Amino acid sequence: MKALIEIEGLWTTFGDNVVHRDLNLSVAQGEVLALVGGSGSGKTTLLRQMLGLEHPARGTVRVFGIPLHEVPIAQLRRLRKRWGVLFQEGALYSALSVFDNVALPLREMRCFDEGFVRDMVMLKLAMVDIEARHAGKMPAELSGGMVKRIALARALALEPELLFLDEPTAGLDPDRSESFVRLVTELRRELKLTVVMVTHDLDTLVAAANRIAVLAEQRVLVTGTLSEVVAAKHPFIVNFFLGERGLRALAGLRPMASGGVAGIPPT
Amino acid sequence: MQSAATTGIQEPEIRLTQGRDGAHTVALSGAWDIRALRARAAELGRALGRQARAASWDLTGIQRLDHIGALLIWRAWDKRRPAALALRSEHDALFSRLGAVPEASAPRARPDLLEPLRALGDFGAALAGGGLEIVRLLGQVALDALGVLRDPVRGPWREISAGVYRAGAQALGITALVGFLIGVVLSYLSAEQLKDFGANAFVINIVGIGVVRELGPMLTAILVAGRSGSAITAQLGVMRVTEELDALAVMGIPLSMRLVFPKVAALAVALPLLVLWTDAIALAGGMVSAKWQLGIAYRTFVESLPAAVPIANYWIGLGKGAAFGVLIALIACHFGLRIEPNTESLGAGTTRSVVAAITVVIIVDAIVAVIFSGVGMGLR
Repeated sequence: MKALIEIEGLWTTFGDNVVHRDLNLSVAQGEVLALVGGSGSGKTTLLRQMLGLEHPARGTVRVFGIPLHEVPIAQLRRLRKRWGVLFQEGALYSALSVFDNVALPLREMRCFDEGFVRDMVMLKLAMVDIEARHAGKMPAELSGGMVKRIALARALALEPELLFLDEPTAGLDPDRSESFVRLVTELRRELKLTVVMVTHDLDTLVAAANRIAVLAEQRVLVTGTLSEVVAAKHPFIVNFFLGERGLRALAGLRPMASGGVAGIPPT
Repeated sequence: MQSAATTGIQEPEIRLTQGRDGAHTVALSGAWDIRALRARAAELGRALGRQARAASWDLTGIQRLDHIGALLIWRAWDKRRPAALALRSEHDALFSRLGAVPEASAPRARPDLLEPLRALGDFGAALAGGGLEIVRLLGQVALDALGVLRDPVRGPWREISAGVYRAGAQALGITALVGFLIGVVLSYLSAEQLKDFGANAFVINIVGIGVVRELGPMLTAILVAGRSGSAITAQLGVMRVTEELDALAVMGIPLSMRLVFPKVAALAVALPLLVLWTDAIALAGGMVSAKWQLGIAYRTFVESLPAAVPIANYWIGLGKGAAFGVLIALIACHFGLRIEPNTESLGAGTTRSVVAAITVVIIVDAIVAVIFSGVGMGLR
């Protein structure tokens, strides 16, 4: 497995407050990595550093083998065409309609005619379950869940090899969350997409992620599959995965595991 | 980045083969994804279009396919699968997904012949509605002011004081600079004309009346409209975008009392004070220029001012300052509260607020000039 993202010796400080201390993480091609951690553990900051939006105090972040914080802006721009990002609040351009929001990255490429762009936008909207009649609406007229799905369509517009998702299912109803997870899984299979997501939603985590990285104590505490992570008995992990909510979600995953999950006796 | 050669991925290619029965088969090979297609999308699209009639397609040679490549081929097929099609199983899903997209025309606005007329009507209605809103806001602020007078302890004094500091104290520098330069220019131009008539001493009247009655209040108001008016509108607009206005409203806190009244009160206090300051600096500028051009001593200038500029002019100037302050704050709040939660509206609202405030200031100034035309003119 080739590593798409490599983070080495990363430090993040806000004044005297150290958020990440000598953090290491790598993401292999084709996997869905979920970043979990308590609030304030620096998940979103880490994501923004992988996008080159924020500079770490020390350390390197390599994406597609390119050190993000050391390359000229032109190269960074080319690199950024290869990934898609879904921001937590969607970040749709409020001055543009739904259609134009999704069409914008395609038009920026300047190599597709308008008919092609239209068909492509309609395809992407259909992929995230947005009906064509919503295409002319402005972002201010949409519900939070729709904004999120349209933002995903926009993130997918340029057929990214790498997809960053910040809280992708927060604000979606359970039904939509499920179809979201299904879409990500399908895309991963068909397009060999690599996904990095920050999430609090245990159901999404269990259903979509095939590797989990737990952020706590200013570093990556443990990475691995769900059962490997749960086996590490850190207070945060116990709280997060083996609390009442966590057990419910895990039980849903393995209804056959009677009496406990991954060898852990029920509380 | 990996190059095509090292990974064995080839450029997209279209080949035409003829079977024994004479039927054409179009065979596609290589990488048909965005990375490979970005430079050649138009050319390949046309090349595929020429094969549109071919009945038989062979896509098994395609090494990489994504939605971009699939759509390019799909469009060449006129959006339905050809009769004979061979493709890899993993690529089938892409075409199934394309086939599932409901055929819908893109949203397109119909041209509206009556648009100019409608726009004119909308503009008139907006103007009338806006005026009505501002009058209503003024009434609300007056009621708030009465409430504060009745119960001074509960007044928003901290907000008012902060507003006076921001709109007044922080504007001292820019108003001084502009005022001084205008004083110099006014005095210089008048002196050039007066010299020819030997009426040197009248430069004091011209500069004095001009600055105290007109230019001082007007310049200050325009600067404050640009500085503080835009800031108020943008602040309220962002509060709308971030739902802070709604948060205040659902806490049962009246918006006008907490947000509008303090700003109106602050500008009503700060603007007359700024007018005094601008007047003083502009007169100083005029004085410097008069001395330099006409040799009028500073002492003479200062001593003749009270006779040349009756005190009524000061009151008119200060009164105008207070009125302009109230108007600027009201207009800024009006536009700020009407901003919709999107970036476009924020920009447009702020622009409109400043333009409307400056326009209204000039209109009111003209009205005041007509009403008080007989007051405070020394030489009769």
